[in-house]
Amino acid sequence: MAIEVKIPAVGESITSGVVSTWHKKSGDFVHEGDPLFTLETDKVSTEIVAEKAGVLETKVPEGQEVKIGQLVAIIDDSKSASEEKPPAAPKEKKEAEAKKKPAEERREKEEENPLSPAVRRIVEEEHLEPSAISGTGKAGRLTKGDVAAAAAAASRGSVGEVVTPKNFRADSFPRTAAPSEETKPSPDGRVTRKKISPLRRKIAAQLVLAQQTAAILTTFNECDMTAVQALRADAQDGFVKKHGVKLGFMSFFIKAAVEALKAVPPVNARIEDEDFIQNNFYDIGIAVSTERGLVVPVLRDADKKSFAELERDIAGFATRAREGKLKLEELQGGTFTITNGGVFGSLFATPILNPPQSGILGMHKIMPRPVAVNGKVEVRPMMYLALSYDHRAIDGKESVTFLVKVKECIEDPTKLPLDF
Amino acid sequence: MERFDVVIIGSGPGGYVAAIRAGQLGLKTAIVEKDKELGGTCLNIGCIPSKALLTSSDHFVFVKKEAEKHGIKVDNVTVDLPKMQQRKEKVVKTLTGGVRALMKTNKVTTFEGLGTITAPGKVSMKLSNGETQEIETKNIIIATGSVPIDLPFAKFDGDRIVSSTEALSFTEPPKKFLVIGAGAIGLELGSVWNRLGSEVTMLEFLPRIAVGFDLELSNLLQRLLTAQGMTFHLETKVSAVKIENGRVTATATKGDQEMKFEADKVLVSVGRKPFSEGLGAEKVGVAFDEKKRIKIDKNFRTNVEGIYAIGDVIAGPMLAHKAEDEGIACVEIIAGKAGHVNYDVIPGIIYTNPELAGVGLTEEQAKEQGLDVRIGKFPFRANGRALANEDADGMVKFIADAKTDRILGAHILQHTASELIAEAASVMEFGGSSEDLGRTTHSHPTLSEAVKEAAMNVEKRALHIVNR
Repeated sequence: MAIEVKIPAVGESITSGVVSTWHKKSGDFVHEGDPLFTLETDKVSTEIVAEKAGVLETKVPEGQEVKIGQLVAIIDDSKSASEEKPPAAPKEKKEAEAKKKPAEERREKEEENPLSPAVRRIVEEEHLEPSAISGTGKAGRLTKGDVAAAAAAASRGSVGEVVTPKNFRADSFPRTAAPSEETKPSPDGRVTRKKISPLRRKIAAQLVLAQQTAAILTTFNECDMTAVQALRADAQDGFVKKHGVKLGFMSFFIKAAVEALKAVPPVNARIEDEDFIQNNFYDIGIAVSTERGLVVPVLRDADKKSFAELERDIAGFATRAREGKLKLEELQGGTFTITNGGVFGSLFATPILNPPQSGILGMHKIMPRPVAVNGKVEVRPMMYLALSYDHRAIDGKESVTFLVKVKECIEDPTKLPLDF
Repeated sequence: MERFDVVIIGSGPGGYVAAIRAGQLGLKTAIVEKDKELGGTCLNIGCIPSKALLTSSDHFVFVKKEAEKHGIKVDNVTVDLPKMQQRKEKVVKTLTGGVRALMKTNKVTTFEGLGTITAPGKVSMKLSNGETQEIETKNIIIATGSVPIDLPFAKFDGDRIVSSTEALSFTEPPKKFLVIGAGAIGLELGSVWNRLGSEVTMLEFLPRIAVGFDLELSNLLQRLLTAQGMTFHLETKVSAVKIENGRVTATATKGDQEMKFEADKVLVSVGRKPFSEGLGAEKVGVAFDEKKRIKIDKNFRTNVEGIYAIGDVIAGPMLAHKAEDEGIACVEIIAGKAGHVNYDVIPGIIYTNPELAGVGLTEEQAKEQGLDVRIGKFPFRANGRALANEDADGMVKFIADAKTDRILGAHILQHTASELIAEAASVMEFGGSSEDLGRTTHSHPTLSEAVKEAAMNVEKRALHIVNR
């Protein structure tokens, strides 16, 4: 029996993705649980595994944009591992098929599903994969209208088009790379051109969206890390022993941010069309850098979590983000974000909003600097703080108050609910 | 009593094609025909004999008027009308005989007699020898076609006030020939007798000829037919037709002006009505619509179990090819297969010279429906083959969806438009775009290149004209 491998629903706002890598080839025998391919969506990459053992027949090439529910492969479970054979074909054809070169196969495929002249032109010009487009013509054939619509959908959200929150959807990827488009050096080798991954494109689109819709500005402050460092050094051994994770700085900033958000609620709000929406919960996004790009997993109800829970969550996010194993729901719905450029050595920067949120706190490198303490110059471990905010939702006074509140909590951690 | 799977009443193109298909599918099939010959109106007194006369008379005009342009001199060209009619009869006979042979090869039992439905599953026939025979069947297909409509003040008399049937069999061209109704039948028969020497006057109630066809091309056809000697009176309502001393006088009004037309014969070609009464259908409870057409569902089923209907007797254009495809679909559905007729892509043709052919939406219909369309046109005077043929009248016109470029309609006015339209219909059946047609290689030099160029003109890239 043939088992259909379809793109699973991976998240509520996700309607499409890209088959970025096939881990198995057509004709390979796969065991149950074997990873078949990596599905890259605009939020996360996921490995899709075989639900049954059998011989795999892939239906879409690598780099192909696919929709949720789309058939991407068939697993023929009537064959056992011992009789691994090329993809299923009618018996009388099998021998001839085995001898066929790939070019011939492709040719034959096109002969079985011929494209009309206009369809062929658009597919070639727009680098579309005809098998990925559903046809409305006779017997499911592609019409010019079908491929023109697919081309339009593929180019939506690409450079030049203004993306507004209304039409901005997770499925509005820029055009997908054609399977063959790898990294391409220019003839003189002075530049190298390659397709941007969907994740990067999504990030780019989010950034542009933020710049275009919000009135972003940044307020700065600095904080003396002496107290937190001392507290941390003091508690570290007992904390590790008790909770199995290290006590980092991030949990302090999360707690400080929650306190500040409680003090200045508009920073935890968002603007939607003509409405001001106040979030009365504290889901804090933590920006994590990965090889594929930035992801922002969300700590749910950070106000209700202990330091130990926060640290465990953060550690888990970091590991899984780098492995590409974050679940989509972990990336959705944050109300405020914290980003730490300090880990790369950044001293002073203006973060950009993560829409539709209204605020983002930027942490930076802790630098020993001379500061005036009680009228004397002392060298203290200092960190600059930045709050970028949407001026539409937050007034200058509120933003400054927020940042001062964070500063106060960090400089005097006894203001925080220390529960370790 | 003999028991069949399918009994088809009527052997016109709908009925006999349904019978062939039923035979192919292994159904025990019978066809019941009231007339001596099979083939119905189309083969006996419609499509085929009219085309025979149209072609013959077209040849006559060619020899008399056109040959000279080619450097061919023919003196004293005359018409031998009896011979022309004999040829027509021979063509009809060949075809009706062919249908009879097809019934045999497909193991279809033929009954000659007027078939009536006495009960669901029962068909009774009054045979030509006066006897009555009844057969049983699982399924009945009513394919009884249509008959010409006359006017209350101009009843057919078979001599002076005639239908298309008589107008196909005149033994001499009427000196003055009046045609009421400038649709396909009126224009075709008006053309025949105009070419053969009659003085033809066409009276049309509407402000245009060839209603249902593209207006621009219809108007062009009217001008060309006027140049051939036909007289048109549009928006002219005939109110009385009288016969005095063997002459016909028609009284008509055009606006507030009363007009009188004298003629030797008058053809009433104002339409056809379904031949749906007297078949027993109403007695077994089959439902009709307000136009006396048999009501069916999308599977050609009437409201009575086991009774189906196809062709002119149901709604839709009264066209032989529509009936044929319905016959096939209906039988396939009876046999448990997936029969289907695409009513959006049924070509219609008027076989004048030039012929007017259309499929899908006209420009006017597209605009009435508020569709955003692009139009492509190409005149035959810019086509090499048309000029070589000395046949450069007419044009091709495409109506395509502005967004998807899908061809929504195609219209051709040309001597051989009836053949050229098939290409457009094929592309449309596959949901094709004007670009699809424009990017398909067409032989050179052919008239079909004009079809391609008109398709290319939709996107303003036709080659042999200035694209507008």
